[in-house]
Amino acid sequence: MIGYIIRRLLTAVIVVIGVAAITFAMLHYVAPSPVYIVLGTKATHRAIEVWNRQHGYDRPEIIQFLSYLNNLIHLNFGYAYKFSQPVSALFRENAGRSAYLSGTALVLSLIIALPLGIVQAVKRNSPGDYAATAVNFTLYSMPSFFLGLILIQLLALDLGWFPPGVSDTVTSTLSAITHPRQLFLPIITLALLNVAAFSRYMRSAALDELAQDYIRLARAKGLSERGVLMRHLLRNASLSTITLVGLSVPSLLAGNLLIEILFNYPGLGLLFYNGLTNLDYNVMIAYTLLGAILTVLGNLLADITIAAADPRVRLG
Amino acid sequence: MADSQQIEPLIGEQMEGAMLGPAPSGGLHQLVPDGGEVYVTSSGWRLAWREYASNRLALIALALLVLVVLFCFVGPIFYHSNQTLSNPLAQTEPPSGAHLLGTDQNGFDELGRLMLGGQSALEIGAYASLVAIVIGTLYGAIAGLVGGVLDAVLMRFVDVLLSIPFLIVVLVLATKYSGTVLDISLVLGIFSWLVPSRLVRGEVLTLRTRDFVIAAQTMGATRRRVIFRHLIPNAMSVTIVNITFLIADSILALALLGFIGFGLQFPNTSWGDMLGNAQTYVTNGQWWLVYPVGGLLVVVVLCFNIIGDALRDAVDVRLQRR
Repeated sequence: MIGYIIRRLLTAVIVVIGVAAITFAMLHYVAPSPVYIVLGTKATHRAIEVWNRQHGYDRPEIIQFLSYLNNLIHLNFGYAYKFSQPVSALFRENAGRSAYLSGTALVLSLIIALPLGIVQAVKRNSPGDYAATAVNFTLYSMPSFFLGLILIQLLALDLGWFPPGVSDTVTSTLSAITHPRQLFLPIITLALLNVAAFSRYMRSAALDELAQDYIRLARAKGLSERGVLMRHLLRNASLSTITLVGLSVPSLLAGNLLIEILFNYPGLGLLFYNGLTNLDYNVMIAYTLLGAILTVLGNLLADITIAAADPRVRLG
Repeated sequence: MADSQQIEPLIGEQMEGAMLGPAPSGGLHQLVPDGGEVYVTSSGWRLAWREYASNRLALIALALLVLVVLFCFVGPIFYHSNQTLSNPLAQTEPPSGAHLLGTDQNGFDELGRLMLGGQSALEIGAYASLVAIVIGTLYGAIAGLVGGVLDAVLMRFVDVLLSIPFLIVVLVLATKYSGTVLDISLVLGIFSWLVPSRLVRGEVLTLRTRDFVIAAQTMGATRRRVIFRHLIPNAMSVTIVNITFLIADSILALALLGFIGFGLQFPNTSWGDMLGNAQTYVTNGQWWLVYPVGGLLVVVVLCFNIIGDALRDAVDVRLQRR
């Protein structure tokens, strides 16, 4: 087991270096140097040349990449010229709020999706199952911001229960937690999107488990239906769905990005968006890398969880 | 599911096995089984269509999709509206007799704009998925057929690319390339071929050990001929199912791009661009600028997803219905 984890970690490191190379090449192609943010678009050719030389943007790409890697190892993500701060400081400031938004939405969606999938599987092909499947499928086919817009229209503008966006008073992670009304709409939107993805898998996982012999045995020995579902089915069916969470990191991040932009919630996604519209080189590359690292870690965690929880899975 | 319908695909499978010629090129199922009973007179594709047609929801989705395509591409012939010159005197008018769905902030007729935006959205979906499927199929077929070190290297490369979140890459590239249908299609397509390449490789791995491929190789067929003549046509069912999902995903990504502000050059537009200021419209109460286009987009994506699911069931004859 430990040998397997070490081997997987080593491959993960190689993948991350590969991702860094590709991201770096791509960003270099899109925005070769952050010089225009610093000097403005009307800077003279001479000034640009001098600035590039001073900050090392005139060196060959491969050297720049190696020095970027070197900085990465020392946890130095470079300087965000648009924000006049080091990227690591910006990330440290915003990561908590993003994690809070994603974390609560994720927990909430699992609390809804796991029982929902089980109920759908037990009462399969009933009108309720069809209705839930239809809603899920529609949510799944919806751009994330569009669901947010509909909820803003309904709950914020028509009914006036919640504010339509996060106000400027939310400045720290703590204030995000102490203003639940402000964060209700973003969290609910994100949670609903996740429910759509997870409950589909939960339903089919529960269907697979329902056909197993141990369920029949549990019923045959006289266990109440409630006991069968709670003690046997829920645990076994949840496993594959929870590992799915690890595999769906990219879509979770994308949802987070869109929701933060829509509700003007100051997190990593909004930071990336501001970096993107200003072509702030180091913010863009750091966020892309962060996304890739989270994806790799998510896959790794999913594999290890399934291996640890299910002794039948052999580690290759 | 009626029994006879389950038997037929099975026989179709066996027949395929019996028909191993050097170059099976479709439309050859005229062989009569030993029992003398003529069960199968149609090709695998026709069987797949019959299976698909037995799914009522899938038929409705297909019909809806045809309607939307007609609305976008044929509609402008019957419903004339000015979509090139903005009209400052008729900005954001609510729906009326003159403008059935009102006008947008530039004074363009919204119904006509829906058609125009739908054309580019559907075109982008089609082109992006085409780019992805062509690259993915070739890449996967080569990796699967050649095997060995090359296969390992090629597929590790796919793994690396897959761990970069799609939307982030697309957004980064869109800062440089957006504005025309071709640009956006390429940006979306160039990072969507990863999943198809994996699917095709998996299919090729099982196909290359089948007798008809080995027979072709024994007869001296070149690697190129084996790939284009035998492997890709036989892996086609996987790719066709995947195309529908790719189109759905591309249109969704297009909406996100438009919302963030990377879209087509004005006055051209797509459904994504039309949703770019959706938040302002909602707060201003201009519902006619948000819900028709958003609803249409969701319907189209939903249709493609339903069709994809049904096609997967229809094509994969080994899959047992629950």
